[in-house]
Amino acid sequence: MAKAVETQNLEAVKSIRRVPQEEYYLPGHRTCQGCGPALTYKLVSKAAGPDSIFLGPTGCMYVANTSYLCSPWAYPWMHTQITNAGAVASGIEAAYQVLIRKGKYKGKLPNIVVMGGDGGSIDIGLQAMSGLMYRGHDVLFIMYDNESYANTGIQTSPATPYGANTTFTPPGEAIPEGKVLFPKDAPQLVIGGHPAVHYVATASVAYPVDLINKVRKALNYKGPSFLHIHSPCPKGWMFDAAKTVEVAKLAIETGMWVNYEWEKGEYTYQHTPKEYKPVKEYMKTQQRFAHLTDAHIAKMQAFIDARLKAPGIPVALPVLGPREE
Amino acid sequence: MSKKYCEKFKIPKHLEVPMGAVIPAPVKENRNMITGNWRTERPVIDHEACTLCLNCFLFCPDACWHLDEKEERMVWNADFCKGCLICVNECPADCLTPVNELEFKGGVVRLEKPF
Ligand SMILES: Cc1ncc(C[n+]2csc(CCOP(=O)(O)OP(=O)(O)O)c2C)c(N)n1
Ligand code: SF4
Ligand code: SF4
Ligand code: SF4
Ligand SMILES: [Mg+2]
Repeated sequence: MAKAVETQNLEAVKSIRRVPQEEYYLPGHRTCQGCGPALTYKLVSKAAGPDSIFLGPTGCMYVANTSYLCSPWAYPWMHTQITNAGAVASGIEAAYQVLIRKGKYKGKLPNIVVMGGDGGSIDIGLQAMSGLMYRGHDVLFIMYDNESYANTGIQTSPATPYGANTTFTPPGEAIPEGKVLFPKDAPQLVIGGHPAVHYVATASVAYPVDLINKVRKALNYKGPSFLHIHSPCPKGWMFDAAKTVEVAKLAIETGMWVNYEWEKGEYTYQHTPKEYKPVKEYMKTQQRFAHLTDAHIAKMQAFIDARLKAPGIPVALPVLGPREE
Repeated sequence: MSKKYCEKFKIPKHLEVPMGAVIPAPVKENRNMITGNWRTERPVIDHEACTLCLNCFLFCPDACWHLDEKEERMVWNADFCKGCLICVNECPADCLTPVNELEFKGGVVRLEKPF
């Protein structure tokens, strides 16, 4: 009988004071000022610690992080093809499992973490991610969501919200709202289609302690887990770099983003406001929505209202508050 | 191609390079990519008013704020701070102020060759 593989057992962080002081995603990278995905990377790295292997598909977090012959990571990392992060992670995990089984590797299974962009996770990289989730590899797949194919100059992806101005969805006479489609629901895609997965959660850079604890919980689970992390991108969404955390917080206050955990079929919700603010308040912070009319904003509000009440989210949600017209 | 492989298969010497790109991992900072020279403004701290809440430490994408536990004060990393001012925005004690680099003798915009 193969002996059970020992994995990490990472402690929950109880307060800001207990957040590790050590950095593993170090200063010295070319991400834009105030980059949300860089902040995500820093927090995830802190949570996972040095006994980790990080990898990810082409995107800002690989292209802007690696400069000529240097990188900001203190742990082993790998830049995969944009389509195949899930497959590469599966291979790394399977190789460790075999080495451990044959007694050729004496340590614990390291944390294997994929940091994929929205494109590299649920669009061009979807099949490899889904394959990993389906086969049940002991890997944490994180989708850092900056809501566009950012690295190539902000093109629309399935995570881009309705109404956003991107280089592939410029608003004009024929299509005044810019992006006409509503986004894919990434965590529901994983939950709905992958029986080997037992832990899926959403997190936001606005709540770093919660984010760190979700990463640790996900890593402690045997088998695949998925985290969807809201990571505002000042360049692509067109807002002031100082507002990254403010914008992320506003997304939660307006229902544009919902923090939740799904553990073996049970949902729990975090940071739900007593009363939601109108989505307009979130949208007006970003130039990518500047061209929208009241009718477009009403369409977005209706979509968010429906999502907050969706039967797929089987927990009583806070009653929507009154909103100004 | 590795040296061993080149010798074995008589491959020309100029193709003798390591397999993949081998680069050293940084320990504290990636000194090969200094970003402090991007800054036009810098966050200046009023240590008296600072409550050591650690918000700046948590929210800086470039890991440029750290708590010096012995001195009990926050330390800022001038070589890498990009001047995004997230820390200023998220400081609940209002003890961080953005100041233009031109105000400093050694400010990065005044340097002939920044870093
Ligand atoms: C097969 C392939 N097609 C296109 C590209 C070009 N490309 C490089 S990065 C990138 C954007 C990736 O977007 P995402 O995964 O969301 O990451 P982000 O840049 O937003 O962080 C694209 C399209 C590529 N590298 N490979
Ligand atoms: S484009 Fe956006 S995601 Fe990419 S480095 Fe800049 S801020 Fe970060
Ligand atoms: S956010 Fe402000 S009060 Fe809190 S530790 Fe930083 S400087 Fe001090
Ligand atoms: S201005 Fe930005 S980069 Fe500089 S210390 Fe503050 S948060 Fe970090
Ligand atoms: Mg993206």
